[in-house]
Amino acid sequence: MAAARRRRDTMRRRWKAFSKGLHEFYIGPYRQTFLREKRDEDDMFMIAVLGEALGVPDPAAYYTAELMPAVWEDFHDWHRRIGIPRSPLDHIACC
Amino acid sequence: MGSLVLMIIGLGMFALGFLVYSKYLSRRVFKLSDDFKSPAHELYDGVDYVPTNKFILWGHHFTSVAGAAPIVGPAIAVIWGWLPAFLWVTVGTVFFAGMHDFGALWASVRNKGLSIGALSARYIGKRGANLFLVVIFLLMLMVIAAFAVVIKNLLISTPAAVIPTWGAIGVALLVGLAVYRLRWPLVPVTIVGVVALYALIVLGNAVPVVIPESFLGMSPATFWIIVLFVYGAMASLLPVWVLLQPRDYINGVQLFVGLILLFGSVLTGVLFAANKPDIVAPAFNTNLPDGTPSLVPLLFVTIACGAISGFHGMVSSGTSSKQLDKEKDSRFVGYFGAVGEGMLSLGTILAVIGGFKTAADWQSVYKAFGEGGVEAFVQGGGALMENGLGLPASLSATVLATMAVLFAATTMDTGMRLLRFVVQEIGQTVGTKITKFPATLVVVAVGIGLTFSQGLGGEGGLRIWPLFGTTNQLMASLTLSIIAVMLIRKRRNPLPALIPLTIVFVLSFWAAISQLLDFTKPGQADWLLFSLDVIIIVASVWVAIEAVLAMRRAKLAPPEPDDEDAKIVAVREEL
Repeated sequence: MAAARRRRDTMRRRWKAFSKGLHEFYIGPYRQTFLREKRDEDDMFMIAVLGEALGVPDPAAYYTAELMPAVWEDFHDWHRRIGIPRSPLDHIACC
Repeated sequence: MGSLVLMIIGLGMFALGFLVYSKYLSRRVFKLSDDFKSPAHELYDGVDYVPTNKFILWGHHFTSVAGAAPIVGPAIAVIWGWLPAFLWVTVGTVFFAGMHDFGALWASVRNKGLSIGALSARYIGKRGANLFLVVIFLLMLMVIAAFAVVIKNLLISTPAAVIPTWGAIGVALLVGLAVYRLRWPLVPVTIVGVVALYALIVLGNAVPVVIPESFLGMSPATFWIIVLFVYGAMASLLPVWVLLQPRDYINGVQLFVGLILLFGSVLTGVLFAANKPDIVAPAFNTNLPDGTPSLVPLLFVTIACGAISGFHGMVSSGTSSKQLDKEKDSRFVGYFGAVGEGMLSLGTILAVIGGFKTAADWQSVYKAFGEGGVEAFVQGGGALMENGLGLPASLSATVLATMAVLFAATTMDTGMRLLRFVVQEIGQTVGTKITKFPATLVVVAVGIGLTFSQGLGGEGGLRIWPLFGTTNQLMASLTLSIIAVMLIRKRRNPLPALIPLTIVFVLSFWAAISQLLDFTKPGQADWLLFSLDVIIIVASVWVAIEAVLAMRRAKLAPPEPDDEDAKIVAVREEL
C-alpha cells in the first residue's frame, strides 16, 4: 500500500517536473519579448493616467484621476526610463 | 549493415568527444568552476538574465541553432563521396564546433553575458565590432534568399508537403490561441498539436498539391517565392505569441521526433528488415559531374552547420550565456548542443547515402553540383524510413520534407525579423526613424531582388549558398580568435582554439578566393556575387590582422590573474 502510494507520488512529481520543463521550453525563448511588450503597454497606461498632470488636455481626466495612486509606485522607474532624470511632477516627489 | 556501422562510429565519436575532450576543455582549458557567479544570477532581471535548468537550456540552444543548414550542407557535400563529409562532420563537431560553441558560451559567461559583437570590441578592437555588423547583415540576407529557394524547391519536388507546410501555420495559430487566450494546459495542447501536424502530413500525402505550369501568369517557382516572402513579412510583423512562438515550439518538438525516427529507422532497418539498408554511394566519388568544384576547400564551407558555424557563437553569447545557471553547465549546453547538431548532420548523411537502391540511382540524383541537396535527403531518408519502420516511402518522404520546410521557414521568418531590426538600426544611425512597416518593405524588396537577380526561377537565392558558408566560417574564426586571446591572456593552453581557428580561416579564405576567380570567368561572370565576395575577403583579411595584433598584445601583456574575471567592470554601458 505504502509502496504504491510512494510510486504514485514519485510519478506525480515527475509528471509535474516534466510539465514545468515543457512550459519553460515553450515560453523561455520569448520571455524577453513578452516582458518588453508588457512594459510598453504599462508605459502607455501611465501616460493616459498622468496626461492631465503633465499638461496634456485629457477629457477622461475625471476618471483617470482615480487611478493615480495605482501608478505612483512605478512612477520613478517610468520617468527615468523615458529619459526624465528628475520627477516632472511637483506633487510626486519620488527623487 | 554499412549504415549501422557508420552510425555507431559517428555516435561513438560524438560520445567520446563529449566524455573525454570536453572534460579536458572544461577542467584544463576553461577551468570551469561552480564558485563563479554566472551572469544569470549576478545580473538577474527576470527578462534576459534568468537561471535555467541545463536540460531546458540545452533544448533552447539546440533548437535555435538547428535550422535547415545541417540538412542542406551535408546533403550537397556527399557529392564528393560519403567519407569526406562523414569525417568533416564527426571530427568537425568534436574538435571544431564543440570547442567553438562551448568556448563562446564560456567567453560570454566570463564577461557578464556580452554578445560576440561586444566581446570583439573588447578583445580585438572597435573595428572588429563594425565588421561584425557588416557580416551579420550579409548573413541574414543570404539566409532569407537561400531558404526561400530551398523551400520553393521542396514544395515543387514534393507536392505532398504543401498541405502540411501551410497547415502547420494553422496548427501553430491554434496552439497559440489555446495557450494564451483559452489558458489550456500545455501538455495536452502539445500532444494535440503534434498529432494534428502528423495528421496533416497523412492528408498532404493523400492530396498532393501541384501548381500548374502557369499560375496567375507566373511559373510555380516564381509563385512560391513571392508567396514565401509575403508570408515571411506577415509572420515577422505579427505579435510573437500569435505565430512565431507556438511555431518554434512545435518545430522544436518535431525536431526531436524527426531525429528519433531517422536514427531509429537505421537501427530497426539493419536489425529487423528483410532488405538490409546498405551504403550505395561511393566513399570517394571519382566520377564527379562537370562543374563540381574541388573538394578542398569547398567541402569545408559547404558543410558549415553540423561541423562548425559562426551562427552558433551568436546564439551561445546572445541568449544562452545569459540563462546559464552554473558555469559548469556550459559544457553540457555548449558542447552537447554542437553534438546535437552534429547528430542531425550525421542523420542527413546516412539518409542521402544509404537510402538509394543502387549506385546508379544515387548518381542520377547527384548529377550536378548543388543538385542533390534537400531533395536527396527527403528521397533517401524516406526510403530508409520505409525500410526501417514500415511507413510507405511517399509518406516518409512527406514527413522529412515537412520537417525540412518547417526548419527552413522558421529560420527564414526569424531572419526577416532580425534583418528588419538591422534596417531600423541603420536608420537610427543615419538619423531617420524607420517604423516597422517600411523597414519590412525594404527587407522584402532586397530579399526578393537578390533571389530573382539571376532569373525568375530564384537562381540568385541558392547560388549565394557557398558564400553563406564562407561568411559563416569567417564569423566562427572571429569567435575563436576572441577565445584564443582570452586564453593567451590567462596563460592557458590556446591550442584547442588556435588550431581550429587557423584551419577554418585558411580554408574559408581559400574558398572565397577560388570562388572569386569563378565569378569572373568570361561568359558566366556574376558581378553581384563578385562584389559580395570581395567584401567578405576584405573583411577576413581585416579580421586576421586585427586578431594577430590582439594576440600579440595579449602575449606581451602581464598574465591575467585567475580572479580577474570577478573584478571585470561591465563594459555594457561603455559600448
